Amino acid sequence: MLHQTILSPNPAATMQPDKFYYDNETVKLFTYATLFWGVVGMLGGLLAAIQMYHPAANLGNEYTSFGRVRPVHTNAVIFAFVGNGIFMGVYYSLQRLCKARMFNDVLSKIHFWGWQLIIVCGAASLLLGYTTGKEYAELEWPIDIAITLVWVVFGVNMFGTIIKRRESHLYVAIWFYIGTWVTVAMLHIVNSVELPFSWFKSYSWYAGVQDALVQWWYGHNAVAFFLTTPYLGLMYYFLPKAANRPVYSYRLSIIHFWALIFIYIWAGPHHLLYTALPDWAQSLGVVFSIMLIAPSWGGMLNGLFTLRGAWDKVREEPVLKFLVVAVTCYGMATFEGPMLSLKNVNAIAHFTDWIVAHVHIGALGWNGFLTFGVIYWIIPKIFNTPLYSVKLANRHFWIGTIGIVVYTVPLYWAGFAQAMMWKQFTEEGQLKFQFLETVTHIVPMYVTRSIGGTMYLSGVFIMVYNIYKTVKAGKLVANEYAEAPPLPKDIVTHGKQHWHRWIERRPMQLMVFSLIAVAIGGLLEMIPMFLVKTNIPTITSVKPYTPLELQGRDIYVREGCYTCHSQMVRPFRDEVARYGEYSKAGEFIYDHPFQWGSKRTGPDLARIGGKYPDSWHYNHMLEPQSMSPGSIMPAYSWLFDNKIDTAVTPAKIRAMQKMGVPYPQGFDIAANADLLAQAKRIKDNLHKDKLEVAANAEILALIAYLQRMGTDIKLAVKQTSDTTKSY
Amino acid sequence: MSVIIILLTVSISVAAAFLLAFLWSVKRGQYDDEKGPAIRMLFDNTAINKDALSEPENKLH
Repeated sequence: MLHQTILSPNPAATMQPDKFYYDNETVKLFTYATLFWGVVGMLGGLLAAIQMYHPAANLGNEYTSFGRVRPVHTNAVIFAFVGNGIFMGVYYSLQRLCKARMFNDVLSKIHFWGWQLIIVCGAASLLLGYTTGKEYAELEWPIDIAITLVWVVFGVNMFGTIIKRRESHLYVAIWFYIGTWVTVAMLHIVNSVELPFSWFKSYSWYAGVQDALVQWWYGHNAVAFFLTTPYLGLMYYFLPKAANRPVYSYRLSIIHFWALIFIYIWAGPHHLLYTALPDWAQSLGVVFSIMLIAPSWGGMLNGLFTLRGAWDKVREEPVLKFLVVAVTCYGMATFEGPMLSLKNVNAIAHFTDWIVAHVHIGALGWNGFLTFGVIYWIIPKIFNTPLYSVKLANRHFWIGTIGIVVYTVPLYWAGFAQAMMWKQFTEEGQLKFQFLETVTHIVPMYVTRSIGGTMYLSGVFIMVYNIYKTVKAGKLVANEYAEAPPLPKDIVTHGKQHWHRWIERRPMQLMVFSLIAVAIGGLLEMIPMFLVKTNIPTITSVKPYTPLELQGRDIYVREGCYTCHSQMVRPFRDEVARYGEYSKAGEFIYDHPFQWGSKRTGPDLARIGGKYPDSWHYNHMLEPQSMSPGSIMPAYSWLFDNKIDTAVTPAKIRAMQKMGVPYPQGFDIAANADLLAQAKRIKDNLHKDKLEVAANAEILALIAYLQRMGTDIKLAVKQTSDTTKSY
Repeated sequence: MSVIIILLTVSISVAAAFLLAFLWSVKRGQYDDEKGPAIRMLFDNTAINKDALSEPENKLH
């Protein structure tokens, strides 16, 4: 009797069952896309990793230099590889959990091809240097809009399926998908508020410390709601399926979901510890980050305990092997994350390769291995044939697992070693190591890391071959037959039809209504922004950038300098000794976008202005090793040939004025004259050192920006001391 | 730090939406049965009619 109740919980089970078909075609497309973009994204990562010890691997041109390849790698892996992986898993599992075909086949097609188009445009635009300069949100405004639209299509398709489901209970995985959709939509919209000044370029609406807070609120939640919650949904579906036993505790999985989404959203500020962000916001981020251990580990243990008494299956079944390592890596990363959020640990780890190792435990272990497990599960199912070779899948598993270890261990070592070297003083109170010494010391670890990455990637190639052979041997069941009893109509209402029944039958209306709902949401978020005034403590000596410096700053953003250089001196003895006065919030009020960075492969640049003569920067950008022997910085020869795009200067100035940067009225017209005059001063300066350059070469703008950076506050000190003297 | 007001507003409204969703799901009886759903998801109801497994021409919705 109990058995019967569990299997057929509603009285309608005795009714004539509905006959319907699951859409496997879309699942197949998303699976292929996942494989393809996985290979592309990881090749990009490998290229970037090799450039870190062999700068010439940038092939000597601007399109494949580190600052552009690295965003392509991160975006490709997150949004193309994992993104398609999410859709693959959702389209497979949601249909079966809802006992319904996807809501609308046309929407599925639009979703798939729209997403691939976004990826292609995104990769091309990043390589061409169109970037917002905000990590993991680098794509420019037209693509941001496209992402929003495709995301809405995905949402309509998903909610449509949920509404017409034949299973009244929403299995926990579906809740994870819903949480993902809602939160990612909101994060993307809020963080992408930007002011376009041309067809492909815009400035972040927020400036400095505010931009930093929005960016890392987004950045952390991108990890939480793009890389974690959807994959937890996949775990709760595919792990029990592959083990053929129910999840260890269904109650725990529900607690896991609700606790996780309520806590995650507040943890972002832990990316900004010891920066110019107000202390209370930092502490808030730390507290919530620590609390995150509880739901995360609850979920991890729930996954692993599902295999209790079934560990023999893990020995036999490659899918389970991948899932077990994935869940274990989830556990490691979600323990390490809160630990890294502790201020004393963060003081060591931040800006080092420790963080890179941490995220790759998550990316390679959790996301990568879970994706592989799901692909090994789905492909034989939808092609109605056994996997071509279990042996090859096992090889993939082992080379991948060892690859993760060979990748991460050297980077943990490198991060810790470098942080310790940065902080060492001699007995006389001098910094013990030059920055460059701390870099050359860890170069061997960079080499080892790229070997680990190569191993991991070769495992992926083994999988591609295995999947290819499996697909060849089978035949796609494009429309898979299934039957289930329909849900009784009076499911919640008392006599009346459920209020949204009428809309469910009208997909176009539903889409229009959804768009309106999203637009209202967007407006509600925009309006307060126009109403509230900033109250950052201002520093009177901090002035807007000159037009030439602004152009130089945009070149700095375009070349992705922030991927290796921070602009944030933290209030530590070693940083103040090495770089100068620690950074203040008021110094960044004209920075659209902020460029604090998150990694110091090279030294901090917040106080670089005036530290070296113009000629040093000229030579250094042309051939870094001539100025810093052993440096791993690539050369930027194209900056000497490219001309500053003066045609957009007025538009840039106007955009800045619109965002409250106090340029005098009508300055947009005069800006280019100012620009050329300043460029000439630098050119003359270089001429004195027998260095020749065209009067409008981009390098002049970059030098102007570098020489300006962090100098305004020194002016303040000088002014104060001057006034003191005059008294 | 006016932007914090925006972030708090947005975050709290999303959290509130999730809270409503949670209350809705409890009220709807989504969690009345803590065993069945975990077991039911293991069954796909696809192999009932093996002959009809693949019907590419017959596109049903």
